[in-house]
Amino acid sequence: MRFFPLVWANLTRHKRRTVLTTASVALALFLFATLRSVVTTLEAGAQVGSESRMIVQSAKAIVFLLPMSYKERLQAVPGVQAVTWADWFGGVYQDPKNFFATFAADPASYLEMYRSDMTIPAEQRAAFLQERTACIVGQHLMDKFGWHLGQNVTLAGTIFPGDWTFTIRGVYRATNPAFSEDAVMFHYEMLYERYPRFVQPGWYVLELKDPSLAPQVASRVDSMFKNSSDPTKTGTERAFNSGFVTMWGNVSFLMNSIGMAVVFAILLVAANSMMLSARERINEIGVLKTVGFGDRLLFGMVIAEASTIALGGAILGLGLAKALYRSTGFTAMGFLPGFDVTGGTLAIGLGIAVLLAVASGLVPALNAARLSAVAALRHVE
Amino acid sequence: MKIPLIYNVRSLLRRPVSSVMTAVGVALVVGVFIAMLALANGFRMALIRTGAPDNVLVLRKGADSELASGISRDNAAIIGALPQIRSGADGRPLVSPEVFVPMNLAEASGGGDRLVVARGVTTQAFEVRRSVRIVAGRRFAPGRDEVIIGSAIAPWLAHSAVGDTIQFGGRGWLVAGHFSAGGSAFESEIWGENEQLMPVLRGQVFQVVVMRLADASQFQAAKRSLENDPRLQVDAHRESEFYASQSMVLTNILNFLAIFITGIMAIGAVFGAINTMYAAVAARTGEIAVLLTLGFRPRSVLASFLAETAFLALAGGLLGCLVALPINGIVTSTTNWSSFSQLAFQFLVTPRILVEGVIFSVVMGLLGGFFPARRAARLPVVQAIR
Repeated sequence: MRFFPLVWANLTRHKRRTVLTTASVALALFLFATLRSVVTTLEAGAQVGSESRMIVQSAKAIVFLLPMSYKERLQAVPGVQAVTWADWFGGVYQDPKNFFATFAADPASYLEMYRSDMTIPAEQRAAFLQERTACIVGQHLMDKFGWHLGQNVTLAGTIFPGDWTFTIRGVYRATNPAFSEDAVMFHYEMLYERYPRFVQPGWYVLELKDPSLAPQVASRVDSMFKNSSDPTKTGTERAFNSGFVTMWGNVSFLMNSIGMAVVFAILLVAANSMMLSARERINEIGVLKTVGFGDRLLFGMVIAEASTIALGGAILGLGLAKALYRSTGFTAMGFLPGFDVTGGTLAIGLGIAVLLAVASGLVPALNAARLSAVAALRHVE
Repeated sequence: MKIPLIYNVRSLLRRPVSSVMTAVGVALVVGVFIAMLALANGFRMALIRTGAPDNVLVLRKGADSELASGISRDNAAIIGALPQIRSGADGRPLVSPEVFVPMNLAEASGGGDRLVVARGVTTQAFEVRRSVRIVAGRRFAPGRDEVIIGSAIAPWLAHSAVGDTIQFGGRGWLVAGHFSAGGSAFESEIWGENEQLMPVLRGQVFQVVVMRLADASQFQAAKRSLENDPRLQVDAHRESEFYASQSMVLTNILNFLAIFITGIMAIGAVFGAINTMYAAVAARTGEIAVLLTLGFRPRSVLASFLAETAFLALAGGLLGCLVALPINGIVTSTTNWSSFSQLAFQFLVTPRILVEGVIFSVVMGLLGGFFPARRAARLPVVQAIR
């Protein structure tokens, strides 16, 4: 490593070139980290659902409702600890662009069901449970619209016509990063009172005594309702979530192929500038060889130069991605809760940087090592 | 006086590796740019083609999608009596009260279920939605348990061949035929008769009423009389605008992604071009000095080097277009979030997108070439020629 000053001197000779190449490597890895994080966040979203909770929905399609009478029968299935239910509300706040999830749920049993995924101060919880027109809102959504506790919020119903006004009585925080904080939840009773003729639970959530019972409970529940007019489809919450993720289609494939194109494009840029540098220095290499620098040492020096650029760029780009998304709490308008650059992504990014160093440095380094001193000194650019 | 372009072309060819690498870098950026715009465009067109400008779609007031809407039988009858509706060959008004419901249907591969829209229509629907063509078999017969399946979903749906029986809504349905619909979202649907589908699906209610106007210009009059009718609580939309607005969110996301991703890639490619051109200027210091001595103006040298990078980038841009062209027509699918159902669509590369890609590449070249070209033009002749 005592030749590092020489490598450094070579790097700083064309400062502009070094800076531009490092910057393009940094940009490439920033983009790579971003795209890959979309994929890992989606995958993480598919994994968050608990294995000990099950979702019971209509077998016909998610938009079909289930009879209220199923609650008692689900409760009686062996292995089921607790039951709650909810309905998608789908309201619009002021402008359709302000999209967030709104649903009606049975408040007490729902909060109990998700006790380990969210926290809500005890007094707010009590206030919410007492008041039929109250709602609770995720912290992130509160900040987004600047809402405060006790405020009335009016949503225009899309599925359930009319204006709906709720009083914010509680603010919850997600303790599980993949649990969305961009949501509003209100009393199922309020929905039912206004449209008793067609409001029924959209889905039931079961808590199991033991996650290993999931297959038995699922087949038990589905066979129980099989010949009724509302057959059910029961699966673990994790399977339910991953079903939503696959609905995005080929997003992962798209993100990965773009990532590859980005990495390859930058490889060309970096390799090109390494080769430019090497070509300009052929005479110097001849001088170094004449004064006794070995082939291996010269090979190593060129690779070291390429590595400094690649790794420097990688650390900048990956670090920027990690810091930026963490500090801004980016969630792609709530589509990607818990968006984060994972350790795995950082490791792959560094791996790409190493490959980049080898690939862009290899040809010039081999040339430097192979060239005879005489040929190098004779070379005229 | 201008420096001949052939000088630039020959210069590029003298350092082939470096030129090719720079051009391929630009080509990749342009390729990704075109592919992403083609994706957004294909998705948008699938939904835009779904609607016709002289059709009116009536939904319940406040409903933002067909899924969220509901219109009772008597309301549908009132809507169907609107005077602006065109009459068909048999003299009956061209109006189709429709049932719209996503259903879980099994994939042919056995991979699981996907949500597919089942739409119950009247026989008039074929004259209202004029893009629909039967491509195999025949139409469903009124009064029977028969359906026709869209050509985009038929390949991967289980039991979807003509003559098969497909199960949904607790009943079996004979597949009478397959239909195409000009690449629109209808190709991802299953159609049957509304009276047959209604009871199995949702009870005595339609989701939408769609009608064809005698003349597209009567839309405002029709909208006014529907929305002001005290017996109705409905919103009337021009069908083409309605489906286009349904695609807006996803199209915006895709366009944003295209610009964000290719923007960052482009900066990298521009940096690469700057490096290449600075090296070229450094290597050709002597040549440039000779040009200046011969009496070429510094302005001409600037123009010449700019032209050189622009040409290099243009070659890259054209290569990028060539690379991206084969994706045109590739079918992909995503979820149409307004109905939660599967929507198949094609990547759609248009001449406009290609031109944008080429312009994009030239702009990258000019940006990358400007500073090196300026350095070349400002070379002090006496020093340089030594």
